[in-house]
Amino acid sequence: MTDEDVEITEENVNAKRRLLTIATTGFGLAGAAGLAVPFAGSLLPSERAKAAGAPVEVDISKLEPGQQVTVEWRSKPVWIIQRTPEALDLLPGMVDRLIDPDSSSNQQPDYAQNPTRSIREDILVLVGICTHLGCSPQYHPEIGSVTFDDDWRGGFLCVCHGSKFDLAGRVYAGVPAPTNLEVPPHRYLDENRILIGSDQGTT
Amino acid sequence: MKALMQWVDARFPLGSVVREHITEYYAPKNFNFWYFFGSLAMLVLVLQIVTGILLAMNYKPDAELAFASVEYIMRDVWGGWFVRYMHSTGASMFFVVIYLHMFRALLYGSYRSPRELIWIIGMVIYMAMMVTAFLGYLLPWGQMSYWGAQVIVNLFETLPIIGGPLSEWIRGDYVISDITLNRFYALHYLVPFILAGLVFLHMVALHKTGSNNPDGIEIKKGPKGNRWSENAPKDGVPFHPYYTVKDLLGAIVFMTIFLAIVFFMPEMFGFFIEQPNFEPANPLKTPDHIAPVWYFTPYYAILRAIPSFAGTQVWGVLAMFISIALFFVLPWLDRSPVRSVRYKGPTTRLALGLFVITFLVLGWLGIQAPTTSLTIMSQFFTLLYMLFFLLFPCFSSAGQPLPMFAKGLLAISIVSVLATIVYWWFLWSGGPGFTHKISYTLLAILVLFLLGIKPLIKPELAKPVPERLTK
Repeated sequence: MTDEDVEITEENVNAKRRLLTIATTGFGLAGAAGLAVPFAGSLLPSERAKAAGAPVEVDISKLEPGQQVTVEWRSKPVWIIQRTPEALDLLPGMVDRLIDPDSSSNQQPDYAQNPTRSIREDILVLVGICTHLGCSPQYHPEIGSVTFDDDWRGGFLCVCHGSKFDLAGRVYAGVPAPTNLEVPPHRYLDENRILIGSDQGTT
Repeated sequence: MKALMQWVDARFPLGSVVREHITEYYAPKNFNFWYFFGSLAMLVLVLQIVTGILLAMNYKPDAELAFASVEYIMRDVWGGWFVRYMHSTGASMFFVVIYLHMFRALLYGSYRSPRELIWIIGMVIYMAMMVTAFLGYLLPWGQMSYWGAQVIVNLFETLPIIGGPLSEWIRGDYVISDITLNRFYALHYLVPFILAGLVFLHMVALHKTGSNNPDGIEIKKGPKGNRWSENAPKDGVPFHPYYTVKDLLGAIVFMTIFLAIVFFMPEMFGFFIEQPNFEPANPLKTPDHIAPVWYFTPYYAILRAIPSFAGTQVWGVLAMFISIALFFVLPWLDRSPVRSVRYKGPTTRLALGLFVITFLVLGWLGIQAPTTSLTIMSQFFTLLYMLFFLLFPCFSSAGQPLPMFAKGLLAISIVSVLATIVYWWFLWSGGPGFTHKISYTLLAILVLFLLGIKPLIKPELAKPVPERLTK
């Protein structure tokens, strides 16, 4: 009877060899798992990508009521809008059409968690990226009946998926976006200069 | 020549592989129009790989250079415009061909036992195609490229907890950037070869079970013996020359249409190449109207039909992935005693017809700018899409008792319809008018009744299936 004829059973199995086989396989798998770390890690944001994104200074002295300017901060659009007094008057009346009228979700620095979501009442600073899937919404300051809303009171429309926001960047109920638009960290260097991306020494 | 063949065969099974898979592979003799699309899909894959490699020789995967390098290919490279339009037209035609190929499987039950794995591998191929198409769409670095990629990568960001880090890992940055473009290019070059490997597996599985046919009859179980072989199925003909010649005819007609598009309407009125993509990517401004390329629009319509709930928009993303995942389980949802639509009852035909309409309407809706009346329409057709799968065990049961899981799916269908109706009438502030609500409510109940309830109350039996293939 040769070795090949012996059926391997629990009794006659060479325990030492089996242990070695299991150990070798185990080490192999551990090695492969270890290898996956640098491979997958090389796809993470690089140091250069992390370093990009210095604060941006904006001069708002020429901004007129109702006007929007867009600046680039961390490759994202940031809007600065001077709201008209009429627009500010309409904000409290929006409450019943919004998901989060009191800005309770963490989408703004503490100093912008107020009814106008801003430091200076009339100046709105927002990251112009829809909280749904990242399109940049359009500014629609007009009031009245518009193609996408019968009772529009000014705000932002995301054309990608139809999300709507009011003039404080608060999201409407019944649209795909779940949260209000983000207010970036920012501060006033003086009356007419805003620094976006830094809020140390808040006014 | 003969000596050479013998020399090769002693070292590599060339002759036997050719015999087994081509000259002595017996396929059912009654293939019709719908059987052109498998071979056409392979033709398009080859065209895409060849034109893609040629494009790669002049393209630059760099955010500063990409857009200009595509213009360079179009204007300064000899025949560059032809190669590029072949590639962009090929992408759309690949999906045309695959959708028709999938519809054939739906018609004749080609996904049924024992061909479940062919169907599942096919669905993996379809998903790999979608990934390839999405990766490739970023490369021209136009406005649509940029914002399309922005939206799709952000789909992953909606996942709870892991979403943020995952999407950063995919992009390699906090926004779509040069880094993203570079890696998408590398992956766009890689995935087609994986696709070719999957196609190989698809063929291996197909040749194991043999091809289905418009009658859904298993020719291997039928009588044996034809004019080529005593052991081969009587209703089979050798793949070569019978179907190679047929497929050649298909290829000629297809290429005529294909080249007509390449020469005369490569943009296909904005369906194959969208107008905003003639403008370089601008991270500060989304185009006035963005929509994915047409082959993604049914899923895009499903994505945006679902409103956010409990502070997250993950539901729309889930619905979109479920709508694709449902195809995978189709082999187990079909309870009919027969395979082909030819012998299934009128309810199955109605359901199939409704599904085709649903898919087309969702495709149309995905192109439109969203309004309230179109949103309720998207929600209704999303519901219909889901009901087609959930109620499949019911309308295909042909009087057989429903297994437990099918009863569960029926219950889920009823709950989904009720939940949608409750949402329309009571939870949607600023929703559509009364006429819209009442018509879609009644239609949803009607579909639920026709496909889910009526087949159980009054079962309709399948027609008797003949022993041998009909024409």
